[in-house]
Amino acid sequence: MVARVGTLPTTESRGSHGPRPASSIERGSRLWTLGGVALALLLATPVLVILGFLLLPGSGSWEHLAATVLPVYVANSLLLTLGVAIGTLIIGVGTAWLTSMCRFPGRRIFEWALLLPMAMPAYIIAYTYTGMLDFAGPVQTWLRALTGWGYGDYWFPEVRSLGGAVAMLTLVLYPYVYLLTRAAFLAQSLCVLEVSRALGNGPWRTFFQVALPLARPGIVAGVSLALMETLADYGTVQYFGVQTFTTGIFRTWYGLGDPVGAAQLSSLLLGFVLVLITLERFSRRRGRYHQTSQRERPIHRYQLGGRRAWAAVALCALPVALGFVIPATQLGAWALTIAHTAYDARFLELVLNSLGLAAAAAMLALLPALLLGYGKRLHPTRPLRAAARIAGLGYAIPSTIIAIGVIIPLAWFDNTLDAWLRASFQVSSGLLLSGTLAALLLAYVTRFLAVSLQTVDAGLGKIRPSLDDAGRSLGLVPTQVLWRIHIPLLRGSLLTALLLVFVDVLKELPATLILRPFNFNTLAVRAFELASDERLADSAPAALTIVLAGLLPVILLSRYITRSRHVQPT
Amino acid sequence: MSNPLELREVSVAYDGPPVVRNVSLDLEVGTIGCFIGPSGCGKSTLLRAIAGFEPVQHGEIWLDGRRVAAPGFSLPPESRRVGMVFQDFALFPHLSVAGNLAVGIRKLPQRDRRDRVATLLKLVDLTQCADLYPHQLSGGMQQRVALARALAPRPTVLLLDEPFSSIDTTLREQLAHEVRAVLLREGVTAVLVTHDQLEAFAVADRIGVLAKGELRQWDSALELYQNPADPFVAGFIGQGVILPCSTLPPRQVMTELGKADTLHAHGLAPGTAMEVLIRPDDLIDDPTAPCRATVIERSFRGDAYLYGLRLASGNRVLALIPSQREYRLGETIGLRLVERKLAAFAPQHVSG
Amino acid sequence: MKSHFRSLTIAIVMTSFIPVAPTLAADEEVNVYSSRKEELIKPLFDRFTEQTGITVNLVTAKAGALLERLQREGANSPADLLITVDAGNLHRAKAAGVTQPMRSDTLTEAVPESYRDPQGHWVGLTVRARPILYVKDKVDPASLSTYEALADPAFKDSICIRSSDNIYNQSLVASMIATHGVEATETWAKGLVANLARSPKGGDRDQIKAAAAGECSLAIANTYYLAGMLTGESENDRKTAEQLAVFWPNQDGRGAHVNVSGAALTAAAKNQEAAIALVEFLANPESQAWYAETNGEYPVRTDVPPSQTLAAWGEFKADSLNLARLGELNAEAVKLMDRAGWR
Repeated sequence: MVARVGTLPTTESRGSHGPRPASSIERGSRLWTLGGVALALLLATPVLVILGFLLLPGSGSWEHLAATVLPVYVANSLLLTLGVAIGTLIIGVGTAWLTSMCRFPGRRIFEWALLLPMAMPAYIIAYTYTGMLDFAGPVQTWLRALTGWGYGDYWFPEVRSLGGAVAMLTLVLYPYVYLLTRAAFLAQSLCVLEVSRALGNGPWRTFFQVALPLARPGIVAGVSLALMETLADYGTVQYFGVQTFTTGIFRTWYGLGDPVGAAQLSSLLLGFVLVLITLERFSRRRGRYHQTSQRERPIHRYQLGGRRAWAAVALCALPVALGFVIPATQLGAWALTIAHTAYDARFLELVLNSLGLAAAAAMLALLPALLLGYGKRLHPTRPLRAAARIAGLGYAIPSTIIAIGVIIPLAWFDNTLDAWLRASFQVSSGLLLSGTLAALLLAYVTRFLAVSLQTVDAGLGKIRPSLDDAGRSLGLVPTQVLWRIHIPLLRGSLLTALLLVFVDVLKELPATLILRPFNFNTLAVRAFELASDERLADSAPAALTIVLAGLLPVILLSRYITRSRHVQPT
Repeated sequence: MSNPLELREVSVAYDGPPVVRNVSLDLEVGTIGCFIGPSGCGKSTLLRAIAGFEPVQHGEIWLDGRRVAAPGFSLPPESRRVGMVFQDFALFPHLSVAGNLAVGIRKLPQRDRRDRVATLLKLVDLTQCADLYPHQLSGGMQQRVALARALAPRPTVLLLDEPFSSIDTTLREQLAHEVRAVLLREGVTAVLVTHDQLEAFAVADRIGVLAKGELRQWDSALELYQNPADPFVAGFIGQGVILPCSTLPPRQVMTELGKADTLHAHGLAPGTAMEVLIRPDDLIDDPTAPCRATVIERSFRGDAYLYGLRLASGNRVLALIPSQREYRLGETIGLRLVERKLAAFAPQHVSG
Repeated sequence: MKSHFRSLTIAIVMTSFIPVAPTLAADEEVNVYSSRKEELIKPLFDRFTEQTGITVNLVTAKAGALLERLQREGANSPADLLITVDAGNLHRAKAAGVTQPMRSDTLTEAVPESYRDPQGHWVGLTVRARPILYVKDKVDPASLSTYEALADPAFKDSICIRSSDNIYNQSLVASMIATHGVEATETWAKGLVANLARSPKGGDRDQIKAAAAGECSLAIANTYYLAGMLTGESENDRKTAEQLAVFWPNQDGRGAHVNVSGAALTAAAKNQEAAIALVEFLANPESQAWYAETNGEYPVRTDVPPSQTLAAWGEFKADSLNLARLGELNAEAVKLMDRAGWR
């Protein structure tokens, strides 16, 4: 055997820093990139259509907006986002830490109960609390009857205000943060936490210096979901008379009859979201968050005693009570008053429509999320990552705007096809896609892709890259690696993605309203029509059923996460 | 017959300058090779290029007579018939031990598959653990599962990336010997990557020393020790110091410690400055020797003491002296070279 | 798992392309886009189907979104009728070119001229007024006169009205612009905003409730909300509503602000006859009486009396401004309210 020792690189190899010739690896990467970008763009079509309006000449309402109400929109939207960010962070992370790392009475119940407010649509909780707490509502009326005060004699927090909107949105959105943070805490290697304790850090320092930074991807994913939902919210802020970007978009489009101005506002909103996302990516670009330790044992929870245990119980009970028990009880009470007329065959149809639609949308949103997430893992090319990000933008856009973005290209497609068929074959295809459930499903996928994308990404991020390599070296082609290794390991994340989108679609209203086919109603449509007609009691049965239908997946979700901890440490 | 592994002037680069430069080597059937070098030397990258996880920028990789990588061409890892044992073992947490072993041989008929899994479990002494899951195993057991899993499809070449780095130090050498035994029993050709020379000595037949992406030497352990190709290899393998010297004709040098023969003819004019590698066992204490040295360090090695000594010039040398004679710190002793050919290098070599 | 995923996906995709709307033209049908809530119109549609055998297919959504959908679907749109509240919305549909004239002597006869589009693109079906409501115990109706007077500093901190996002307020302001011009109306709007007891929030019912609870003494709301509270099942609501009375403003001048809900025939309508038959049905005395009784709206027909509740508020003079003007001035009204700080 001869030792051939090369010492100097040849000039040839040194000089080829430019684009390398296409290898088979790069061909694969190009294929994935092209396919991924195409898929992402297809799903982002509604968003792009809205942005396309920017290219049209405006009708001048932009100047009017900037001079009058825009500063208010900006300030309110910022305050709203900030408030919800702080609220969901404190409640979500705090309760996630308590339930996953501490032992106190009722912990097992809180584990799933803390998710319950997720089933509560924001506009319904807003209506409910207003009905209860408004000046004319039962609480204040009772207070006045008790004390003999009249108007102006006492101070009572105003529900229908910016603060009220923050509170309502926080109450129904903190479960996103709780859910993803808790999953992150549970996946944390105990070793790392024990090392921190061994280094002399107390539980608090361990929490802030080790557990929290490690759980950061989960926390950030949860908070950004909550914030995008906040920015897209229309029902709550509109009802509370808080002028935000979203109400401004509606007002500009329908009030001023200016779609271009509305699109300009929408893109400003998107720009805001993009800045947030970029800042976040920038701040964590150095860290890697795979678990490195192999050995994991069941968590030894800190036993809380005495006063601290009761404080933990109170901290966990408060959001559950405010976000679920109290409004659900009020809805139940209202529903009882009209129970004799509300539940009939038509009601059953509403339930089935809602469930079917939500299930279909959840499945449909999962597939592209999986493909994009996996594509990014295989070939983290810049275009692919950018495409995935664009595809996820729909979450921050109000549903009505998404719906318009769906109507425009589909109707264009239908009419173009129809015109061509008429001209060429003298047959008419009419409207093929517009006004079908396909249009509605496209809107849902565009709107909620971010949810499944985030969840799948977070799940994939927890799978060490060496597992992919191991699969490949054992003869598995990339798709086999996906089916045999990633999918089984991702089961929890996939289920989470499915259930999150399911619950979201169940609650979704504006896109359903405008895109649904003739004679197709859902629970959300029914609840909204009655509630917006200020018939809260009549809307209660439908609202309550949405909440109940959302409960099952929410409980399933929580159980799965708890159980998965013991089965597969990844 | 062609070798299981041949590298021809392989360079690998990420986005910047090459991480591996111009590496060429052959590995014969049934031999175990090893890449060793300080961290960042490119040894793991080279291994990943062989496995197919990194494309080559220049040169070619041949596995079993088949060209698997060249600029613009890269056979995907799953088609290369290489096995790989990862630093973190990369066991599939959702599969049992037997399930992990079966992944690479899923195309075999069920009976053959079961037999192969059983054989491998026996080979790595884990027959009782077939139905356990990875997280129920100790680190050493996980390591053996990873090894057996990589061996299951009978790869042309088995690649091991720092396989012992997550194992307790006390167990490492024993495990290394076990791994070598398993590899020899399977008759598999393997390449190991490590930064620990004891591991390399324990497992490998051929060792390649890498520095800054270059393969400095590809040889047996003994050759590396006795006949290092350059001062970097000399310093990296074993102990020893480099002392300045000047040439004497025809193949001798004069050092502070006296005259010595060199391994190779230097072919330089007399009086040219060179450097020479002096290992601790190249020196012996001799009260009559003209060269005097002061004891500045001493560590007990059982049958001998390893002394650190300062020479008159201020240069420091190491000497291994039997423990029957014991010197104290600060004591001055006589020192000379044993009769042995030394490795000498031209001083312009820049040590890595 | 793979095959499950695949077959489920295929099933979902396949079924989603099947239009749920019955497109088979075997039976006669009318397709309706409506911004009126299903609860408010479905019972009449059901009765229509019973009598004629014509199926009515319905989608409800917000007016602006429905209009956008109509425009985009163009000539292929399945919709035959657009039913919406507020003349502003009806006018906008006409202006967008998605409607066509309805030729029906029955309708011309039944609906007074001021509640119809001059070219017959839309007809009003119900009338609602937006008067001033006052708390009986606190306000002497003699102190009230006109909408214009509400800007008087004498009413400081006494008025409740909903947000300017709402089309009812936009139309009210548009009617002011039609009468007084932009500048005078803006001054008025600023005065009104200065007199608000609280920043605008909630719907019309909330203004009524706030007034009853003592937050303000005057509320501006559409009549059917008050009627709904008075006749509804909730005793609480009834007691609340009973504390307020209706004041008809501008009776010595142009009259109280009124608006309509109405129907327009779409330009793409494929079932024109059936569609017009449905509109005629909605305008017949029977349907009008049902509307009046159930929804608390004023019938558009002069030969059908309003419900007892409405009749108790007395007759009033309604603004005779052609409602199409409200639609034309809508954008101007929105901008004006922005400038006036009317949230």
